Amino acid sequence: MDKILLIIQREYLSRVKKKSFIVMTFLVPVLFISMIALVGFLVAKQNDLGDKHKIEVVDESGRFMNKLKSTPVITYVTAKGGYATAKSTFIKEGYDYLLYIPASLTGVQLLGEKKAGPMTSGKIEDELSDIIRSQRLAEAGIDTAVLSKAQKPVSIAAMQLTENGVKDAHSYVAMGIGFLCAFLIYICLFIYGTQVMRGVIEEKVSRIIEVVISSVKPFQLMLGKIIGVGMVGLTQFLLWIIISVALSMTIGTALIKTQVSAKTEQVSQMQHGNPPGTAMAAGAQPDADVNSVLHDIAGIPVAYTIGCFLFYFLFGYFLYSAIFAAVGSAVDNETETQQFMLPITLPLIFTFALAQGFIINNPDSSLSIWLSMIPFTSPIAMMIRIPFGVPAWQLGLSMLFMIIGFLFTTWLASRIYRVGILMYGKKASYKELAKWIMYKE
Amino acid sequence: MISIRNIVKQYANHRALNDVSIEIEKGKVFGLLGPNGAGKTSLIRIINQITAPDSGEVLFNGEPLNKIHVERIGYLPEERGLYKKMEIGEQIIYLARLKGLSKAEAMKRAKYWFEKLEIQSWWNKKIEELSKGMQQKAQFVATVIHEPELLILDEPFTGFDPVNAEIIKNEILELNKKGATVIFSTHRMESVEELCDSIALLNLSRKIMDGKVKDIRNSYRSGTYVLEYEGDKIHINGNAPFTILHDASLDGYQQVKLKINAGNKVNDVLHYLLPLANINKLEEVLPTMNDIFIQMVGTANNQN
Repeated sequence: MDKILLIIQREYLSRVKKKSFIVMTFLVPVLFISMIALVGFLVAKQNDLGDKHKIEVVDESGRFMNKLKSTPVITYVTAKGGYATAKSTFIKEGYDYLLYIPASLTGVQLLGEKKAGPMTSGKIEDELSDIIRSQRLAEAGIDTAVLSKAQKPVSIAAMQLTENGVKDAHSYVAMGIGFLCAFLIYICLFIYGTQVMRGVIEEKVSRIIEVVISSVKPFQLMLGKIIGVGMVGLTQFLLWIIISVALSMTIGTALIKTQVSAKTEQVSQMQHGNPPGTAMAAGAQPDADVNSVLHDIAGIPVAYTIGCFLFYFLFGYFLYSAIFAAVGSAVDNETETQQFMLPITLPLIFTFALAQGFIINNPDSSLSIWLSMIPFTSPIAMMIRIPFGVPAWQLGLSMLFMIIGFLFTTWLASRIYRVGILMYGKKASYKELAKWIMYKE
Repeated sequence: MISIRNIVKQYANHRALNDVSIEIEKGKVFGLLGPNGAGKTSLIRIINQITAPDSGEVLFNGEPLNKIHVERIGYLPEERGLYKKMEIGEQIIYLARLKGLSKAEAMKRAKYWFEKLEIQSWWNKKIEELSKGMQQKAQFVATVIHEPELLILDEPFTGFDPVNAEIIKNEILELNKKGATVIFSTHRMESVEELCDSIALLNLSRKIMDGKVKDIRNSYRSGTYVLEYEGDKIHINGNAPFTILHDASLDGYQQVKLKINAGNKVNDVLHYLLPLANINKLEEVLPTMNDIFIQMVGTANNQN
């Protein structure tokens, strides 16, 4: 036991002391936050940054005169001449597209040097359809007041029926949290699993292995390495979280300060001219959204989710890194790992690909349930499902399978490992590996 | 010290050790010899408990070998290596602690050995920054730092220049004098004659010979002598009690390699020669371990 601790200590310290670890620890949160900031910035400024289109309109039907509303992105200008003249001159006059609406309304065209993007043509289509629909409904004798009432959008609040009554299902937040957890597990199994494998190969290639296993059992060495690297992973996580939170808090306070000062300015401007009520209402709208998201986050059982995350992270990591260790022991250098890597990583990639499209939309389908039971796929599949609520028996069963799977794979991996680390120059095939499992001590 | 009894080790396609029994006496230097693939490494790994035999047993001071003995053995494998990215002092302490030393004790002894081998200045160097010879020295320290009762050295001199090989050899002999038993696996037969008290010769998974080096060499004596005498070459007729194998005229004297004929003794040779020549030297040529090795392994392999 002392010796395992010693091995864990070496594996941990030798990695944490590396320059690359320290660089990664600081770089990742900075990159992560700047990426989020960049996305936020681009979304906020999309009207300025996106393409702007000037469109000349030839309306032979006469239905759209003065009804097409220009937006910051699309500017409509009614053509002075007919279709034929406009067609030959619109490019020269600096328009991007020519919108031609024939009298019959069939065969509306958007002409341009370049093909219009689906977003642009979609927007124009929607606008034309809306105008036509209102006109037709008005022609049919429907009151415009009724019409504007009928066009009010509806939003759905998903509610979850539990033993404690009805509560918000906060499904978008659930999706986000589940996906984030699954993504972290997916990435970490790869990063730290490969680190374990590299460590094993390093010991084998540098030939220190024989010295070490004349002092400790191969199993102790394997376990020490897996735990040591796992702790490096946890340390890195913890540091990432702390640094990210610290960074975003500093940036956040700075942002709020500037926003507040901007708002007070706005308000003081408003007070001079317009009635203040409109300004307040406009300002309150985004805050309400933020509040509802915050409320949703508060509705997620934090301890439960973190507990599940840690369980699936740790056991998933143990399970996969044991296999990675066995692979490392079976080869003489890293290039030879290819043939074994695919079958190992396939279940992970498969589940992760399914997670994004299928599981997240169908958390209770039988495929999702099965994937969250199989130990090789459950760390990802279950983490996606957990924020949506998983019956206790399913969670229990999945955890039980996870533990059994972990024990079994570790046992199997250690059988391969103990033989593999002493084999040199022999190309290991699957048949060979099966033989190694059968070897006696 | 070590009793190896009827060890059998079977791998998938071949038998690495076939009913091998060897006794290794306490406080001696024991040579484990054999051509490549004879089973030496398999046997060493069994003594180190890296692998276990399929049948047979190994006794350590009369007790069946078990995990507590690991800390009393120092092993220098033929294929050596240390962690390349780790500092050398730190690494030696790590390996010493794996052998059960406390951190303080490991530190103290590591300092002692680094001073003794005059390598203090390397303490903070990484292994990858050292030459191969330097790495070997560091590895030697790692092998002996926990003062093992049993030292298992697999080709300990490879990679050393003659000066350092001599230093290491003297360290090994000093440890042996202090009571450590040494198992010494090598192909270099001259070092066997110089260092080993007893040997065992393995070939094709079996032990084909063992015993004291002196006894073995005596038992292989063939009545061959080297004779040196002054002056010109003398004529030796058919009545001589010996046959000449080889003769040479050297600067002012003659050298003859001869074999005494069956039934005759050294005295008969002297008796025959005394009236004929002025003898400087008549010395028996004992077969070298190298000759015996080649003879034993060669015959065994030809029979197959």
